[in-house]
Amino acid sequence: MARNASVQTKVGFTVLAWTVALLLFSPILWTIVTAFKTEAEAIATPPTFLPLTFTLDNFGDVQDRSDYIKHAWNSILVSVGSTLLGLVIAIPAAWSMAFAPTKRTKDILMWMLSTKMMPAVGVLIPIYLIFRDLRLLDTVHGLTIIMTLINLPIIIWMLYTYFKEIPVDILEAARMDGAELWNEIVHVLVPMAIPGIASTLLLNVILAWNEAFWTITLTSGRAGTLTAFISSFSSPQGLFLAKLSAASLLAIAPILLLGWFSQKQLVRGLTFGAVK
Amino acid sequence: MATRQTRTLARTMMAPAVIVLLIWMAVPLAMTIWFSFQNYSLINPMMTGFAGWGNYEYVIGDPSFTQALVNTLLLVGGVLLITVIGGTFLALLLDQPIWGQGVLRILVISPFFVMPPVAALIWKNGFMHPGYGMLGHLFKALGLEPVDWFAQYPLFSVIVIVAWQWLPFATLILLTALQSLSEEQREAAEMDGANAVNRFRYIILPHMARAITIVILIQTIFLLGIFAEIRVTTGGGPGYASTNIAFLVFRTGILSNDIGAGSAGGVVAVIIANIVAIFLMRAVGKNLDA
Repeated sequence: MARNASVQTKVGFTVLAWTVALLLFSPILWTIVTAFKTEAEAIATPPTFLPLTFTLDNFGDVQDRSDYIKHAWNSILVSVGSTLLGLVIAIPAAWSMAFAPTKRTKDILMWMLSTKMMPAVGVLIPIYLIFRDLRLLDTVHGLTIIMTLINLPIIIWMLYTYFKEIPVDILEAARMDGAELWNEIVHVLVPMAIPGIASTLLLNVILAWNEAFWTITLTSGRAGTLTAFISSFSSPQGLFLAKLSAASLLAIAPILLLGWFSQKQLVRGLTFGAVK
Repeated sequence: MATRQTRTLARTMMAPAVIVLLIWMAVPLAMTIWFSFQNYSLINPMMTGFAGWGNYEYVIGDPSFTQALVNTLLLVGGVLLITVIGGTFLALLLDQPIWGQGVLRILVISPFFVMPPVAALIWKNGFMHPGYGMLGHLFKALGLEPVDWFAQYPLFSVIVIVAWQWLPFATLILLTALQSLSEEQREAAEMDGANAVNRFRYIILPHMARAITIVILIQTIFLLGIFAEIRVTTGGGPGYASTNIAFLVFRTGILSNDIGAGSAGGVVAVIIANIVAIFLMRAVGKNLDA
């Protein structure tokens, strides 16, 4: 507020802000340092902050015990696969809503948003039974389909808000030049909307990566993603806090990094373009 | 550009998205409603036939349902309260002239990227464990008895974890809204002699109203379905102390294999979500048009 603040107020606010931010970050920070401790040191009283004996053993143990790499690969397949599939369905839909709107466009958009409000538990049992009968339980492609459907409304909404900002004249000029619709979308619209499509992609990969309802209920060993991988650590045996921390760190690190890069686009995506 | 040809084209382009979403909504939901009126158990094949309202009476009549409903409301309400108030405070704080704003933003937003089961497990073991959790150490250092959070305050503990995950979201969106407030407006208010409280009350808060509504709407959608945090910490217990509607349906339908009763619970969950959604859409719709 007070733009010409004195140095004292600035110091005061800085200290306060850093204290709060570090408190909020402390569970993650604690997980990071604990991941490099020995099991004995991880539960020692009084606790140490930085590891006294720095070890990488926990990461190897986690890989041996629960096969991190397989689960991470499944997570990548499902989150990237579902997002790409979603984009293929959503780009034409968003194009027609943004550039050839009808009276009903707004209603359709609101209806799509409302499908997000249907609680997953409301359809869990039929989906579970359908998956069982079609042998889709515990498969990567089955999970990818579900994830596509869950995130499709968000993908369409995000693309729609980005497409709306592209001047319609440019598309019309291309059309006058005799460009086919397909060419218009692929060669004119998509290149102009690359930043928007990229942030849509990023946000949806993050959402799919962290989705923990369907991944836990529909998979077990074979197609388990990282959310299922980490849930297997919920009933621990013996000394485990350091291993749990290592597993947690491995599960969140990739998306934490992606998230830091995409935080600006995140607001717009998560609010369906309502806050920019 | 509204020639008939483009209109037909536009419909064709939209068709795949509309059709898959329509199927995704209608088919499983219709099946859930159908199952909810059947006697259907995966462990007892003798249980068949039309059940009438039996499953609903069984689910709603059970004390666990009332508790799950109350827990759901407490969970959603508690988290909303913490995140909206905390988020407003944090957004105001981060908007001040401070050193290291970029790094601070990253630290504050980070919990949002932590997947729910990880968030739950690091809180459960690293923080709230009475033996070696951070809070346990802290209590011991202060000469207090460490608290076994999940045994004594199960629902409260879940609320804390979920609020930690969603506080960054609220903060980020409110901060974005705050930063779109024009400099002139603030300075004008300052020159008119408005003090900090009045500036907040009459200028900043009205400006953020829309963003706050959106935060509430979007969080509610996600909070009604909280599942993983409960699954990996308390398993809904002790008893039903931390079971919400979502977890109750999972417990009945999948863990106890009672498809009929689980489906009835699912239908009830959909109805509750719809009631909430209608209110929210109306509130947001009003705010969005303005």
